[in-house]
Amino acid sequence: MTAQSIQRVKGRVVPLGGDDIDTDRIIPARFLLCTTFAELGEHAFEDDRKSPGHPFSDPRYAGAKILVTGRNFGCGSSREHAPQALKRRGLEAVIGESFAEIFLDNATSCGMVCACLPREVIEKLLADAKRDPRSEATIDLAARTVGLRRRKYPLAMDESVRQRLLDGSWDVLAVLQEARDRADALAARLPYLAFRRGGAAR
Amino acid sequence: MGRNLLAKVWDLHRVRDLPGGATQLFIGLHLIHEVTSPQAFEALRERGLKVARPDLTFAVVDHVVPTDDVRRPLADPLAEEMFCAIEDNTAACGIAFFPPGCGSQGVIHVAAPELGLTRPGLTIACGDSHTSTHGALGAVAFGIGTSQVRDVLATQCLAARRPKVRRIVLTGKLGPWVAAKDVILHIIRVLGVKGGVGFAYELAGPVVERMGIEERLTLCNMGIEGGARIAYCNPDEKTFAYLAGRRYAPDGADFAAAAAWWRTMASDPDASFDDEVALDVGDLAPMVTWGITPGQAIAIDEAVPSPSACPGPERAQAEEAQDFMGVTPGKPLTGLKVNVVFIGSCTNGRLSDLRVAARVARRGRVAPGVRALVVPGSERVAAQAEAEGLADVFRRAGFEWRLPGCSMCLAMNPDRLRAGELCVATSNRNFKGRQGHPQGRTVLAGPAMAAAAALAGEIVDIRTMMGADA
Repeated sequence: MTAQSIQRVKGRVVPLGGDDIDTDRIIPARFLLCTTFAELGEHAFEDDRKSPGHPFSDPRYAGAKILVTGRNFGCGSSREHAPQALKRRGLEAVIGESFAEIFLDNATSCGMVCACLPREVIEKLLADAKRDPRSEATIDLAARTVGLRRRKYPLAMDESVRQRLLDGSWDVLAVLQEARDRADALAARLPYLAFRRGGAAR
Repeated sequence: MGRNLLAKVWDLHRVRDLPGGATQLFIGLHLIHEVTSPQAFEALRERGLKVARPDLTFAVVDHVVPTDDVRRPLADPLAEEMFCAIEDNTAACGIAFFPPGCGSQGVIHVAAPELGLTRPGLTIACGDSHTSTHGALGAVAFGIGTSQVRDVLATQCLAARRPKVRRIVLTGKLGPWVAAKDVILHIIRVLGVKGGVGFAYELAGPVVERMGIEERLTLCNMGIEGGARIAYCNPDEKTFAYLAGRRYAPDGADFAAAAAWWRTMASDPDASFDDEVALDVGDLAPMVTWGITPGQAIAIDEAVPSPSACPGPERAQAEEAQDFMGVTPGKPLTGLKVNVVFIGSCTNGRLSDLRVAARVARRGRVAPGVRALVVPGSERVAAQAEAEGLADVFRRAGFEWRLPGCSMCLAMNPDRLRAGELCVATSNRNFKGRQGHPQGRTVLAGPAMAAAAALAGEIVDIRTMMGADA
């Protein structure tokens, strides 16, 4: 299974905003009682979106591809169910001031783009999407920019993540498999794998 | 210039460099549980792949298990399905599995150190953010998602970004009733919930050196709440003494050889760090959270901050949190009515935590109308607590003495808050909805403060309640 190269994401914006949005809010734990990710899309922000004015319950933002939020998005639990739920809802990218690290890995593993922009640009994006839900933004990974209304803003992104998205190795398993012999050789040199295990009862 | 522990462990496990500065990292120990692994095993099956190192993979069921009745089938069919999945997957792949009743089951971050699986110098990965816990014994341990669980199952490797290292040197002598939980809440408050993003935290200094292993586990457990995916303490004689005789620790002559190697993996005295922070925690009081992130914490004798006094970006969040929690700026949390108390979790579900809570519980009875759960972190903790008489102390005082599991930390089992309830919890997250109801409210605290809240029916200062009995 070879993954697709992801060069750019162009689409409408859902203006979530907010800082430190944790993965319990993205997908509450009761929806983790499952053995597949298939049904998660409908439960993204299940509890939060009941509060008035939440963009996930606003039909004008249905079909948006880019979620815009604040700093430290996806903090907390390591559940990949969070980006999987967003992806299954049709989102292809998240723009934030910063991302929690496990969320960034999980999003990348499912081919979802996480791009960082400074707070003032994020505020522009939020204001623009609130004013006009049909307005589109474009994330260009090769050029490292986010485009909004004929202006382009430089984005920040971990270079290894950007390359994985661009070269289609965001699903990194095949890359890891290439070095199987080297991994085996390394394991054979690890001192702790040679120590004899005890059989003590404690 | 010497090297720090993270650099030594990372270099030892580096299979190769990947494009863009990432590392293909070999994982010395892979811990799995029922919530984040079924999709990973399914992905392996879809691609016709085998588990590369079943001998380095260990499994528990902890998140979904009920704490009152674990007879099969479990009452919740979805929980039962997840239990069956990990049972079948581990059996099919030859992976050691610790189910309820085996004597070693428990929350993975409590059970693995007890089994001697967690040891210095290892890379450890688990599909759970609180994997940082295992750093307490000098491992480099971090949480991963399900695709990465699949990667480790298939290759025993991960594509990982090497973090910078921030050394946090803790000095001062901790006051009465102040312990690891209070220290880590203080660190998160000072450095912020995203302050550790991109960093591993090395927790060091005389305060850490004086701590026992269980306190260090509490400290590292919540590193992730400060944004640090990895937290660790340097291994020392206490680490080695803790490991001696445990089931998966090296045995006989090999133990001495292992200890000699473990010593070499600690940060060198002249090691360099990307950042250093010194914190004097000598005047720290017991800590409680007032909001909806673990960084929104105050000392018990301190007032809830006014949103207008918070830095600009945090103001709206403080307002939202205070509105949600029903707390008043300018007032301390003491006197706030408590509905539920939860003592347990990978943060504070170990024997030393239960001993502290039991000392408080001996003083009285759970207040009328308060539901108080004690959920031991593992079957081993439960057995020891029974043997020491702690379980009886809790039962006599009106606490519910439960079976081990994650329980009300994240409420994937039937242990859940109801609408509007306020819970003092020894767990690690006070996020909105975390304890099973969108309107459930969580105050994080240490085990002594939680037990005190159960007896008083409201939040109290443990130091006042216990008086001179420090």
